[in-house]
Amino acid sequence: MNGKHIGWIVLLLLGLVAPFLVYPVLVMKILCFALFACAFNLLLGYTGLLSFGHSAFLGSAGYLCGYTVQGLGLSPELGLLAGTAGAAALGFIFGSLAIRRAGIYFAMITLALAQLVYFLALQFPFTGGEDGMQGIPRGHLFGLIDLSDTMNMYFFVLAVFLFGFWVIDRAIDSPFGQVLKAIRENEARAISLGYDVDRYKLLAFVLSAALAGLAGATKTLVFQLASLTDVHWHMSGEVVLMTLLGGVGTVFGPIVGATIVVSLQNYGAELGQWVTVLTGTIFVVCVLAFRRGVVGEVALLIKRSGIRP
Amino acid sequence: MKRKILGSAIAAAVAMAPALSPAATTVSDGIVKLGVLTDMSGTYSDLSGPGALEAAKMAVEDFVAKEKPDFKIEVVSADHQNKADISANKAREWFDTQKVDVIVDLVTTSTALAVMKVANEKNRISLISGAASTPITNEQCNDTTVHWTYDTYSLPVGTAKAVVNQGGKNWYFITADYAFGHSLEKNTADVVTKSGGKVLGSVRHPFPGSDFSSFLLSAQASGAQVIGLANAGNDTINSIKQAKEFGITPKQSLAGLLMFISDVHSLGLEATAGMYLTTGFYWDYNDETRAWSKRFFERMKRMPTMVQAGDYSATYHYLKAIKAAGSDEAKAVMAKMRDTPVNDFFAKNGKVRIDGRMVHDMYLAQVKKPSESKYPWDYYHIRQVIPGDEAYIPLSESKCPLVKK
Repeated sequence: MNGKHIGWIVLLLLGLVAPFLVYPVLVMKILCFALFACAFNLLLGYTGLLSFGHSAFLGSAGYLCGYTVQGLGLSPELGLLAGTAGAAALGFIFGSLAIRRAGIYFAMITLALAQLVYFLALQFPFTGGEDGMQGIPRGHLFGLIDLSDTMNMYFFVLAVFLFGFWVIDRAIDSPFGQVLKAIRENEARAISLGYDVDRYKLLAFVLSAALAGLAGATKTLVFQLASLTDVHWHMSGEVVLMTLLGGVGTVFGPIVGATIVVSLQNYGAELGQWVTVLTGTIFVVCVLAFRRGVVGEVALLIKRSGIRP
Repeated sequence: MKRKILGSAIAAAVAMAPALSPAATTVSDGIVKLGVLTDMSGTYSDLSGPGALEAAKMAVEDFVAKEKPDFKIEVVSADHQNKADISANKAREWFDTQKVDVIVDLVTTSTALAVMKVANEKNRISLISGAASTPITNEQCNDTTVHWTYDTYSLPVGTAKAVVNQGGKNWYFITADYAFGHSLEKNTADVVTKSGGKVLGSVRHPFPGSDFSSFLLSAQASGAQVIGLANAGNDTINSIKQAKEFGITPKQSLAGLLMFISDVHSLGLEATAGMYLTTGFYWDYNDETRAWSKRFFERMKRMPTMVQAGDYSATYHYLKAIKAAGSDEAKAVMAKMRDTPVNDFFAKNGKVRIDGRMVHDMYLAQVKKPSESKYPWDYYHIRQVIPGDEAYIPLSESKCPLVKK
């Protein structure tokens, strides 16, 4: 039993207990953003690619899911599938273009493409423009389970999150994940070892986009709405913040980061105009004092103290 | 069935009230809780934000002092950051865990639509003052929402009609290129042609925009007398500033289709002099509005916008309806709110319609020249009162399913 197993057990227990301690809809929101941040972390933390366009996957999957459920009247699981598949396809287009460049150019290309998606979301009639898509029904899962019940919805979201997180965890531990880490550490060496680096990068990009899409589609079902907030570039920035706060390149870091940011937004809302100041200050303190993020620093402390979990 | 019995019991209690006075109000958990949900830190915090919260608090204080209710009233507030998901989540949490009975303000349409759906599902009331779009009382309407202050129909329509009647026959539009801008342009253009004016053309700018030079130049070249600005917020502010720089004003006049006194305040009279706009409230209109606005000014150090004044009026009317209904159950309170005309400093004989629209008179204002402004916040000439029935979409044209035709 190693650290990761303990982490999984803690996560499971927390997931089961949380809705009875905290307001369940808030926990669902945290889970959606945690999945989003984990998907982003797969790219930034394990492949070393800083995408600044991840809002496009989150948002467009939300709209697709909303359209499938509301416009076409299909069931919620098909909505999730449509959202995820759409985001994966979009990720393939983004990825094939962006991975030709590295560093800041990579970030800029993804940002530019995401702005295109934002523009489309603003203009397409079915998205409702700046009014958003409202009143999307949650429906019945597999035609059986009524998702309008908060607890049913919660455990569904928890299951989706755990599935997504498991996929990421498996990907990181697999030989595929090892290659990604090799690319992150030294791309030239990975090429010299005979790896088709572009293919690996593209695959990682598509996987990350698909999981971000899964998060976005789930979020749409939770809040029963899809709005421009999710495709706006602010969202791409927020996910960077979540990942860095929690600890980039750590498995559990993005979950902690997402929890901090979402709770701040939620509880901070009652502080009025101070919420943005507070988030900003925390980010500055984190960048200056805990460069490895919350989970990264804790892991380092454990390592230094010599305790072998 | 149970509700019906309860309903008739309440009705009976209300009917007997004069005989058995004083009738106790049965308010769930003894407290009426108001949640002010608005933009505290972003673009719209000037026109609603902290001022909206203060206005709601004033309404509560005045109500307690004047009506001496037998229930307690509390106010909570939160910053929805103009995000629909945050506002929906906050509203749901307030309803579920804090027993909030009503949500007030709600600026930006996406947040308003999200909250009014949650509120309706939980049988609570939304009093919308900040948001503007007409779907709130049309396609998306429901029976627990009141849209109080203005909408994207009443503002442009009032301005267009009045400007054409005063001789501004030829129009040209600068339109923000998204659904909101398009509908603003269409609503206005329809009225312009109906009132005997002519639309010479229009140009669309990306949203949000910062450089309006090419759009302003084509508006200038069109030779139209009036340039309609079918945009909002910073886009409007930027286009007005740049119009001044290009020397478009005062040769051609601008018509702001969605403008607030806070915009005029931040732009200054130099840039805005002569502009026409429609407003639901002006602080310096009569003694009543002045008296209330001065109290507001003492607390906020700014004069109220129509949104903030509307928040006060809506909150007060809501609290009065609870007292009259003897209950805070949403449907009973809504019925009372519809039955009672709104008579305060904000509205005279205002009425809450079945589609949730609060119909009241609007005012056509022209911004004063700097030389005409005698004291701080002395910004508008009120040129005309637009009767409520002309200012709002008539019920016969409403797309709200609650309206029986």
